[in-house]
Amino acid sequence: MKRNISLLIVDDEESVRDSLYNWFIEDGYQVEGAANAKEALSMLESRNFDIILADIKMPGMDGLEMHRRIKALNKDAIVIVMTAFASVETAVQALKDGAYDYVTKPFDPDDLSHLIRNAANQILLKTENEALKNRVSLENIEDIVGNSKAMIKVLKEVESVSQSHSSVIITGESGTGKELIARAIHSNSSRKFFPLVTVHCGALSEDLLESELFGHEKGAFTGAMFNRKGRFEMADGGTIFLDEIATISGKMQIELLRVLESKSFVRVGGNKEIKSDFRVICATNRNLKKLVEEGLFREDLFYRLNVVNITVPPLRQRTEDIPLLVGHFIRKYCNSMSRDLISIEPAALKQIEQYDFPGNVRELENMIERAIVIGNGKEIRLKDLPFKKDVIEDSTDSLSDLEKKYIFQTLKKYDWNISRSAKALKVDRVTLYNKIKKYDLKQPKS
Amino acid sequence: MPVEVLEKGLELTDFYEPTRRQYNANRLLKYMESMVNSNEFKSIGLFHVDLFIPILTFIFGQAIFNGNTGIASVYRLKNELYGMLRDENLLFERFVKVIIHELGHTFGLIHCHVPTCVMRPGTYVEDIDQKKHHLCPKCREEFEINKI
Repeated sequence: MKRNISLLIVDDEESVRDSLYNWFIEDGYQVEGAANAKEALSMLESRNFDIILADIKMPGMDGLEMHRRIKALNKDAIVIVMTAFASVETAVQALKDGAYDYVTKPFDPDDLSHLIRNAANQILLKTENEALKNRVSLENIEDIVGNSKAMIKVLKEVESVSQSHSSVIITGESGTGKELIARAIHSNSSRKFFPLVTVHCGALSEDLLESELFGHEKGAFTGAMFNRKGRFEMADGGTIFLDEIATISGKMQIELLRVLESKSFVRVGGNKEIKSDFRVICATNRNLKKLVEEGLFREDLFYRLNVVNITVPPLRQRTEDIPLLVGHFIRKYCNSMSRDLISIEPAALKQIEQYDFPGNVRELENMIERAIVIGNGKEIRLKDLPFKKDVIEDSTDSLSDLEKKYIFQTLKKYDWNISRSAKALKVDRVTLYNKIKKYDLKQPKS
Repeated sequence: MPVEVLEKGLELTDFYEPTRRQYNANRLLKYMESMVNSNEFKSIGLFHVDLFIPILTFIFGQAIFNGNTGIASVYRLKNELYGMLRDENLLFERFVKVIIHELGHTFGLIHCHVPTCVMRPGTYVEDIDQKKHHLCPKCREEFEINKI
């Protein structure tokens, strides 16, 4: 990886240049030297160097002035200034001007290696970050963390759907981040300068939901002392996000269908038709198609809403994103709690990676927040995590009860896929079928 | 590969830097290079004094990358310098590793991050103790290509 990092050493002392040249060549970097600032700048005009290691005191033009000119040529260049003890103040000035770091001559060999390695890592991270951004050119998706194939697929879908005005249903288990996806669609659409109005349908009774969605006129019901705009009205020009859409009543389903078709409605207790131009995004953790088959959700409304479907994968299907998510939440909560950034011990991260997270990203987020609150302020340790003890420890269950529980947990973990569950349990499929029958295990209805 | 050991006394006063109380490794390496016979394949000068290069506080050794000369010193490898008991065997092992490491550079080998590879960079004696005195498979492969 280092072979791609290029270094320019600028120092008027030949012995220093030679020493550094040898040192970095042995470390596998591409190295060149310049005897003064003028020579360095002329080299920089014709080619880019990733890291520039420059002496601060040089005849002709000093390191500070050169640093300013380098930054003007290439604002991304990493400049490390070298200084003798006497000129530390000048080095501090260089840092204020945006230099990456400074080292005092002579350096401890270990310090120098660390410094350059960190700078090289920063360059590689930046390159990686840019590559990822190029893959998915979405704005305001900082909270959607993940490089896994499954998440890249979701972001690609967000990218294509955000350009249209079609209705979208976002499905996924609880805690997978459906609302974040809705926000991403809105903030990348042409409607982004208008409101995104969110309604948590499951939290409201039928009457309240009606009033919330359509608004009401003064005196429409007891307590309605003023006219109030409904959410559809507020979303004019923008997007309305209806979370937990599967929970709305049959009556509301009819009302909603009518509004979606006509894009007009009447406030509760009113008689004036109000027009609103909104886009609908819904989310649910239920299987809407199944609810339609069971007669619990209107088929016509389902087809009206389900123009595009985006499925957000559960965390256990994108475990490779867990380290990134852990890092994201550590930064988020350390910042919000005004604490120094902490790390996570490898054993704790390993345990997190092995956990199947029924509560998905939300559960992981709560876990990290809790660990930061109760932890030692330096790193997240295994004991700061709320993992349940081993299923066998402290259990008073019989052997068959334990077997039943364990088989059920495994089936749940693999979405009742018999082959994968049997493989995990190290039994053949027939044995697993027999056990399921013996313990009368049934897949819970989604 | 045949190895010839020449014991030569060298007056080191010219290479001494009184302000640092150390010996200038860059100049020693240049001197060594000028002394090498054309019929010698690779040469390494072995010293017992504290070596430095202008930008670093000390070095165990250094070599001309892809060249034919290197130098190494036993000075900073001694246990007693770090408050530990004198251990001649350990000192010998460390010195062998430093010599092989520097010779590796003369064959164009760069620093390697395999923990046991002799080309792993070591800035403390503990780093040297952790590595073995041989090349990892990848460096060995590189060496086989470069040695011709």
